[in-house]
Amino acid sequence: MSQINRLKGGLVNRGNAMSFTWNGKSMSGFEGDTLASALLANGERLVGRSFKYHRPRGIFSSGAEEPNALVQLRKGAAQEPNTRATVAELFDGLEATSQNHRGPLAWDLMSVTDLMAPFFGAGFYYKTFMWPAKLWEKLYEPAIRASAGLGRLSKKPDPDVYDHGFLHCDLLITGAGPAGLAAAMVAAKAGLRVIIADEDFLPGGRLNAETFEVDGQPGPSWAAAKAAELADMPNVRFMTRTTVYGAFDHGIYGLLERKTDHLAESGGKPRQILWRVYTKRSLLCAGSTERAIAFANNERPGVMLAGAVRDYVNRYGVTPGQKVAVFTNNDDGARTADDLKAQEVDVSAVIDTRKGQYVAEAKGRRGLKAIVLGDGSVVEADCLAVSGGWSPNVHLTCHQRGRPSWNDEIAGFVPGGELPPGMTVAGAANGAMTLGAALASGVAAAKAAVKDLTGKSPRASAPKAGDETYEVQPYWEVPNLKGRAWVDLQNDVTTKDIRLSQKEGFRSVELLKRYSTLGMATDQGKTSNVLGLAVLAEAAGKSIPETGTTIFRPPYTPVPMGAFAGRARGQDFRPVRKTPSHNWAAENGADFVEVGMWLRAQWFKRPGEKGWRDSVDREVEMTRKSVGICDVTTLGKIDIQGRDAAEFLNRIYSNPFLKVPVGKVRYGLMLREDGICYDDGTTARLSENHFVMTTTTANAVLVFRNMEFARQCLWPDLDVHLISTTDGWAQFAVAGPNSRALLSKVVDDLDLSNEGFPFMACSECTVFGGFPARLFRISFSGELAYEIAVPARYGDSMIRGLMKAGEEFDVTPYGTEALGVMRIEKGHAAGNELNGQTTAAMLGLGGMVSKKKDSIGSKLSEREGMNREDDMRLMGFHPVDKADKLDAGAHFLTQGDPEDMAHDQGWMTSVAYSPELGHSIGLGFIKRGKDRVGEVVRAFDPVRGKDTKVVITSAHHIDPEGDRQRG
Amino acid sequence: MIINHPLLGPRDAAEFVYKGDVGLIDRPDGMSDDLDTFHDYAYLRDNPAGEHQELWYHEQGDRSWLVVTRSTLTHEITKVELARDVARARGRSS
Repeated sequence: MSQINRLKGGLVNRGNAMSFTWNGKSMSGFEGDTLASALLANGERLVGRSFKYHRPRGIFSSGAEEPNALVQLRKGAAQEPNTRATVAELFDGLEATSQNHRGPLAWDLMSVTDLMAPFFGAGFYYKTFMWPAKLWEKLYEPAIRASAGLGRLSKKPDPDVYDHGFLHCDLLITGAGPAGLAAAMVAAKAGLRVIIADEDFLPGGRLNAETFEVDGQPGPSWAAAKAAELADMPNVRFMTRTTVYGAFDHGIYGLLERKTDHLAESGGKPRQILWRVYTKRSLLCAGSTERAIAFANNERPGVMLAGAVRDYVNRYGVTPGQKVAVFTNNDDGARTADDLKAQEVDVSAVIDTRKGQYVAEAKGRRGLKAIVLGDGSVVEADCLAVSGGWSPNVHLTCHQRGRPSWNDEIAGFVPGGELPPGMTVAGAANGAMTLGAALASGVAAAKAAVKDLTGKSPRASAPKAGDETYEVQPYWEVPNLKGRAWVDLQNDVTTKDIRLSQKEGFRSVELLKRYSTLGMATDQGKTSNVLGLAVLAEAAGKSIPETGTTIFRPPYTPVPMGAFAGRARGQDFRPVRKTPSHNWAAENGADFVEVGMWLRAQWFKRPGEKGWRDSVDREVEMTRKSVGICDVTTLGKIDIQGRDAAEFLNRIYSNPFLKVPVGKVRYGLMLREDGICYDDGTTARLSENHFVMTTTTANAVLVFRNMEFARQCLWPDLDVHLISTTDGWAQFAVAGPNSRALLSKVVDDLDLSNEGFPFMACSECTVFGGFPARLFRISFSGELAYEIAVPARYGDSMIRGLMKAGEEFDVTPYGTEALGVMRIEKGHAAGNELNGQTTAAMLGLGGMVSKKKDSIGSKLSEREGMNREDDMRLMGFHPVDKADKLDAGAHFLTQGDPEDMAHDQGWMTSVAYSPELGHSIGLGFIKRGKDRVGEVVRAFDPVRGKDTKVVITSAHHIDPEGDRQRG
Repeated sequence: MIINHPLLGPRDAAEFVYKGDVGLIDRPDGMSDDLDTFHDYAYLRDNPAGEHQELWYHEQGDRSWLVVTRSTLTHEITKVELARDVARARGRSS
């Protein structure tokens, strides 16, 4: 199909024709086209269906403000819904489709909803779908979603890459129109580090859409020359296709740069980059947005903003129609007619409200055919260019709750007094609506920024340009309205809806927005807000400033979720921490589990083992029978040094630490200041003023943070220093009756006999003939056990060396599951028990909390409610029928009691199959537990539909006296 | 937000962890003060609309605890001090 609406001239590259498809139909355009300009060139007026009524809609604007022309681009996984055709750059091979219709676009089956419009007024959903409530999820919501939809997601993983970046500058200029370019020249020549960003791919802003001259050159040529000059300067970063979407605290701005959206293939490069820009000053030159006038059927395809018509004619060499009428309340109308006539397009009428004329109604359902004027006469037109005046783009000035103020002269909101710190505004965004004024205000603002930052006053004068006339008469809605007049095209909000909402009591503009949906969704009412406010003000008998505006929040235009995610998705969602024995474990059948950021081996599968239980049972049995090795590097390690190190630890732990002998390890219990247990671990005293603490894996960061708080904020003059050494040391638990024999082969010159190195001993030593190490005789498994640490760089050699040395004892590596089984058998508390509700008394450790000293949490742990005799107590549980499997989360009930919360006796926290006992075992909290050993209670589990009889035992299922670990 | 660290200069707030009101420095003495005093320390905070002194921890940095004076209405930061200095000025020592 030929480009029937293509004119001569424009800024497109006619030497580079591009073919694309629209709803499967092949069309062609040129480099420099947007999808919208190419569709118009090909005579396509109908491009979509409206959100609620499925009314036929056409292209309404030529920029980011577009409410109608939301289309779907590309195919397959790269399919992108809800893209504004007006900002989608054309590329060769682009596939675009319309959305939100059933059947062909021209014969949308859902357009029946338009006939039911009388029932679909403002607040329709709230009023209609109230009862019965159970139908909401099953019927109403799916039905509404299916009919009032936008585009469709591909539901496949996004194939593109997105990046994040950080930039710094003295001055960020938002918008490369006349004001922005003029300002950038001044600031850049004065030596400021300048970033200038524009959402368009072609710098120049409205200069490209109009026929103005600057410094004696055509506007587009001046813009191109200045942009090229700026881009060449080393202190300037010129960013096209980049939207400044948010103004955040302290001069930080969010920018979205579209790197490959205009290419058929990204070629592996990031599709978009989300920039965080740190600025000293910023200058907003975002221009202004034209608005419409409300008359009957004012949203028929072919009705378009006048500035957009000039944009298509002048920049793209495309006319939106063959017979164009103009409807205006300002001087732009005559300009539109002139530009069309210059391109020999037929202008059928210019209707100027300032002469008392108006358009009453648009005719033509799937495309404009004629307009009916106020006097009843009919004018033929397939395009109507409407201008209701221009609204400065104040959005970014409001991102920190600044409120714009009303300016009668331009009939629009201008930036108010409170701008984000460091921001100034120039050009049309600040109400300078003519070219000469915009250029001058850009230069003045740049000079002020230079003076502010450098103290010097640069000499610069504004580029020469005429001041075209811009006289506007506020005009919102035509009189004697027949039918519906649209305000918000994207959400199908009419003037009637606004009046109805006002009548129903939604008088605050913020409430009106939510109730009527005016100004919501992807365009956030860029073309509709001011018109909507004006109608509301009129209905309420108030002025527009009295009515106020809704608040603008980031983002200015939609930002894809993929850009926010950046590279942080899938495997790269967060960093992975690998233990020093990771490679060895991977070679030896380890199955890994995520523990925070860590990957830990949960078991090591051997040939012939069918399920994980086979591996875990074997690891436990072999460890308890001979010896096993587990990588425990992930436990937090904190090195504590200083003359007051012991005193400091004595205040951090609830139990005494002052008198720990050198060469000994002590178990410590940490409380929060409110007295609840939050972490435990062992701390070794390597020398008088040197301790090494271990924390749980989960709390390593938190404990360190809290200890730094205590050190710096509570006791700033204690001589103590902390450093986290979690990653510095590879640490292995060596557990089981043969652990001593194994380590004797590895450790150099250290007496490991029970007398020479007893339970809870520690020492610095060397291994394998001189490598530095630390040895601790501590046991989490309950067996004779040690933990041995070497600098992390030796971790891989260490696990290989230990395994080699253990061959004669049939040593087994064990993972976190076997570790868990053994600690449950032994009755040690872990994360399941330390859940933020646990007191020391509940753990049976109440006696550990020293009353002879002040430590974190000790005072509030004395509260009566935390020390009740009938409180929960950590106990062990065995099934009465040994074949029963226990479940964590089951609640305990005294036999004969009713099954309700009032009779709840506690809950099961951890369960495991004990290979040693040959049945399932559990740990849990139960009321008055220590007095109930031997009692049979119910482990009641309505979630799983289970009810198991269990007998209360000691939490120490094996070796309660601790003979093994002391042996 | 940007926090002007007294030792390291301006740093992005993302490097910091927030704790809360500066009053957490004024921990009572567990041996001489009563339970009520401790209860108030642990649980009671003002929630001012306006200037607020608060504790921030430079976790992704030098591990300094800082006292940041910030307006909760505008996020304007008017003062940043090392918490250790503030603690000493409020009478804490060892």
